[in-house]
Amino acid sequence: MGFRKYIPVIVTALMVVGLQIVLSLTGATYYLTQITMSAYYALVVIGLCLLMGYAGQVSLGHAGFFAIGGYTSAVLTTCNLIAYRDNSLIAWCGSLGLVTQWTDIYGKDILSFSPWAALAAALLLTSLIAVLIGVSIIHLKGHYLAMATLGFGLIIYRIVLGAQIFGQADGISNVPPFGLFDGLQVNGRLPFRTQNYYIAWVMVITTMMLAINLIDSHIGRALRSIHQNEEAAHSLGVNTYRCKLFTFVLSALIAAAGGIFLTHYNGSIGPSEVTVMKSIRYVAIVAVGGMANLWGALFMGILLNFLSLRGVFGSYDDAVFGAILIGIMLLAPQGLLRKPDFRAVLSFLSKRSHG
Amino acid sequence: MKTQFAKILCVVTLGLILGLLGCGKGPEAKPIKVGALFAVTGKASNLGAPEAKTAEMFVNKLNERGGINGQKIQLIVKDTGGTKENAVSMTKQLIEEEQVLAIIGPSTSGETMGIKDICQEAKMILLSCAAAETIVNPVASYVFKTPQKDSDAVKLIYKTMKAKGISKVGIIASNDGFGMAGTVQLQKLAEENGIVIAISESYDGQATDLTDVLTKIKGKDIQAVINWSIVPAQSLVAKNMKQIGLDVPLFQSHGFGNIKYVQAGGEAANGTIFPCGRLLIADVLPDNHPQKAVLTQYKKDYEDQYKEDVSTFGGHAYDAILILTEAIKKAGSPDRDKVRDAIENLSGIVGTAGVFNFSAMDHNGLCMDAFEMLTVKDGKFALYNP
Amino acid sequence: MDYPQIVQYCFAGITVGSIYAIVGIGFNIIYNTTGIINFAQGEFLIVGAMTAISFSQFFPLPVAIGMAILITILLGGLVEITFIRQVRNASILRLIIITIGISILIREAMLHIWDEKVRFLPYFTGTDTSTVTVLGAHISPQVLWVLGVCAVIVLGLTLFFKYTLTGRAMRACADDRMAARLCGINDRWMVTLSFMLSAGIGAIAGCIISPIAQTQYDMGAPLAIKGFTAAILGGLGNSMAAVAAGLFLGLMEAFMVSQFDVAYKEAVSIVILLLILVFRPSGIFGRHEINVLRTM
Repeated sequence: MGFRKYIPVIVTALMVVGLQIVLSLTGATYYLTQITMSAYYALVVIGLCLLMGYAGQVSLGHAGFFAIGGYTSAVLTTCNLIAYRDNSLIAWCGSLGLVTQWTDIYGKDILSFSPWAALAAALLLTSLIAVLIGVSIIHLKGHYLAMATLGFGLIIYRIVLGAQIFGQADGISNVPPFGLFDGLQVNGRLPFRTQNYYIAWVMVITTMMLAINLIDSHIGRALRSIHQNEEAAHSLGVNTYRCKLFTFVLSALIAAAGGIFLTHYNGSIGPSEVTVMKSIRYVAIVAVGGMANLWGALFMGILLNFLSLRGVFGSYDDAVFGAILIGIMLLAPQGLLRKPDFRAVLSFLSKRSHG
Repeated sequence: MKTQFAKILCVVTLGLILGLLGCGKGPEAKPIKVGALFAVTGKASNLGAPEAKTAEMFVNKLNERGGINGQKIQLIVKDTGGTKENAVSMTKQLIEEEQVLAIIGPSTSGETMGIKDICQEAKMILLSCAAAETIVNPVASYVFKTPQKDSDAVKLIYKTMKAKGISKVGIIASNDGFGMAGTVQLQKLAEENGIVIAISESYDGQATDLTDVLTKIKGKDIQAVINWSIVPAQSLVAKNMKQIGLDVPLFQSHGFGNIKYVQAGGEAANGTIFPCGRLLIADVLPDNHPQKAVLTQYKKDYEDQYKEDVSTFGGHAYDAILILTEAIKKAGSPDRDKVRDAIENLSGIVGTAGVFNFSAMDHNGLCMDAFEMLTVKDGKFALYNP
Repeated sequence: MDYPQIVQYCFAGITVGSIYAIVGIGFNIIYNTTGIINFAQGEFLIVGAMTAISFSQFFPLPVAIGMAILITILLGGLVEITFIRQVRNASILRLIIITIGISILIREAMLHIWDEKVRFLPYFTGTDTSTVTVLGAHISPQVLWVLGVCAVIVLGLTLFFKYTLTGRAMRACADDRMAARLCGINDRWMVTLSFMLSAGIGAIAGCIISPIAQTQYDMGAPLAIKGFTAAILGGLGNSMAAVAAGLFLGLMEAFMVSQFDVAYKEAVSIVILLLILVFRPSGIFGRHEINVLRTM
């Protein structure tokens, strides 16, 4: 096994580079903007695919985790602490490098938390909330789990809409770029377009490798056994609870990371990222990709988000996702990109010929 | 086999080249590309839909008359669904891919704030149809807006209140950018106008019943209610006030400027007082009013073409395109920097919201007299006469 | 808070509460016969109200409402036959996703058939300014209509399930589908009927609330969530408990508003939902079926 499981990763990486070269040769580099945004949304989809396809748990509130990440990062990097500059606590944060001073394009001085500090805080907050939610709802099943996760998403939506600090219906704008390393930054501006395309894809591919290894690990095996027969797995000593919780939290963290990076890339975030419809879209994409098919989820995540972001569906945007949900669930519940099961086909044919 | 393929390839290539040459030699000059971002669907569709219709109508009429300086305008309308992420994505599409001259819209303040910096850094002219004052304050040299200022509306409301002897009010606002910005202005200007705000609440755009929150307001013993909202739920305020017997004057914002809201409010809407542009009372304006001709023409065109009543929102899109076309005419060429400079020097442009006089510091161009105090009489808008 | 004010809050709460209750009953009817939570329940209300509004321009109000209810009932049947019947042994996850898909499709279809504008039916009696004074509180006569019609629906359903053959057959299906089938009950038809029935009462609820609350194409989902909260709160499958829970939820929201910011009113009911789900999935009136329900 070892090396073989990384072949799709390498192929994807080559395709990513190839696509960039083709686009720059044809002068259509403007597509990179939407591909980059789609890549961050695809992160959420990969996380959700782990949760739905492998741990067998539906989540109708994943946009909530995306938003917790994005909003936390946005609030911390835009709050202006300049008035409290002499506050000892702020000074202490400054000495640790947690706050930075920058100037916005209108020449206003802003002292805010650095994106790295915000990233850490956002991921910490996400894991806290995910553990809390996970512990409470992981034992639920079917409708109850669906409704509980939907409810979680709705609460985040209401908080975002209700709280002044989150900008209510306006959301948060003027989020600064995220300087990762020297010269490398998550920044939506034109000169950074190609660079950000690769940053996003490095994120995606790293996450994919993480996911592949997870599925291959003892947790992955445990998850598969839970999925097939929870009671049997339980009686064989698999700690089903811990495995599910781990996947739930990991999936939430991946979604939050997508939120953080996209927020810095876009320079803003709004409550439309937390709507029920957004969460349902993620579910739709995982379903189309084929529930337990990471590569399918990734491909569909990129494709559908790309088309949607470019406004291809026009005013039928939501309708398209609704139709996809029904169509796939009625006609091809295993997803569109499922590898055809040759053995089943063969046995079917051989039965035919014998009978 | 191989030679046949080569032949076909040759023919196809030749055809393509000829076709391209043919296109290039077209007799018409290249059209001027103008981008438009409107929330045609989604939560803000009551703003975006009439805006998109208005913009399309304006451009069609302009092109029928031969365009500007012999150049036609090509309008590229994108539906943002009222979401920020789509606004950002589509803005970049318009800037990088379509390379438009200017962008009209978006419909909401949230979306506009999300793309303000992007447009400014890309040196792309943005003529926003959203109201919040933060859009033009601080001034970004490439960002303009056409709706009137919230603060002017507030000042006019407080002035009217003082004349009526009202000093203690309750505020109820929608929880979106419009309601929030209005509440901020109401609170900021209250003290200097001698108004006490006893209570300030916000409600959701999808609220189905507001009697509970109005009961709360009733308990505060106030002399008037100010509702600051742009969502359809605002017509509930008038109804529910009457229903729970809260008999104090109701002041609304300029977001009330849609006859639909009056119809939805029914009898209860009668007596509502609100500041608004003059589009809604175009019929009753005196003939010598400078805006009379523009307003009646737009109203007639829109209502003839779309069989629905005009609203002030569509008017904001009308103003945005009007300003852009006037600026192109003045600049003499569709050069973005020249057009931008031209907008800043425009003055006396009669639009639907008022008479625009731009300057380097004022990217809204409207002042308090763009507003008129209106009221509702027998289900129709009328001038308010105390 | 003085006495009339308390009454006023009560009425505000009971009005929305009875709508939540009706939606909750709609969930339960379908849940009982199929074990499905129909996420498109809220859309039935809006379809009913929208068609009634369109018809009311040509016909007198009662006729328009009657026709709208009929059309919504047909829509309910159609949804069952075209979608739900095709996936009889599907997993819960698949069914949930399908009904969510249906709700999105109906909503988007409404956006394109009608448009984004807000519509409303005229008040059944009086106008929007008329008020009735009850116990010192002022309420709209439409509120009395809402309360009255909801009471009639609840009563009618009780009688239907208790005394008519069809009603009893439906209950039999809910109890044990296999046994019902063995007794010669056409269980497929019962499922279709349950969709039609819950679409029908949804349409009635949509029509009576329309004058007060107004109708817009995307108002279904929030109502559905409230209705679901009521259904869960009462214990899934228990219609009478859903009524009590719906009223409780409405009152709870109204009095919440009197104390806290309105902005968080919606969040409050969802928090209640989550707490119930986590600590008492069988609902506050729940009985022994906790484990059965959890594994559904």
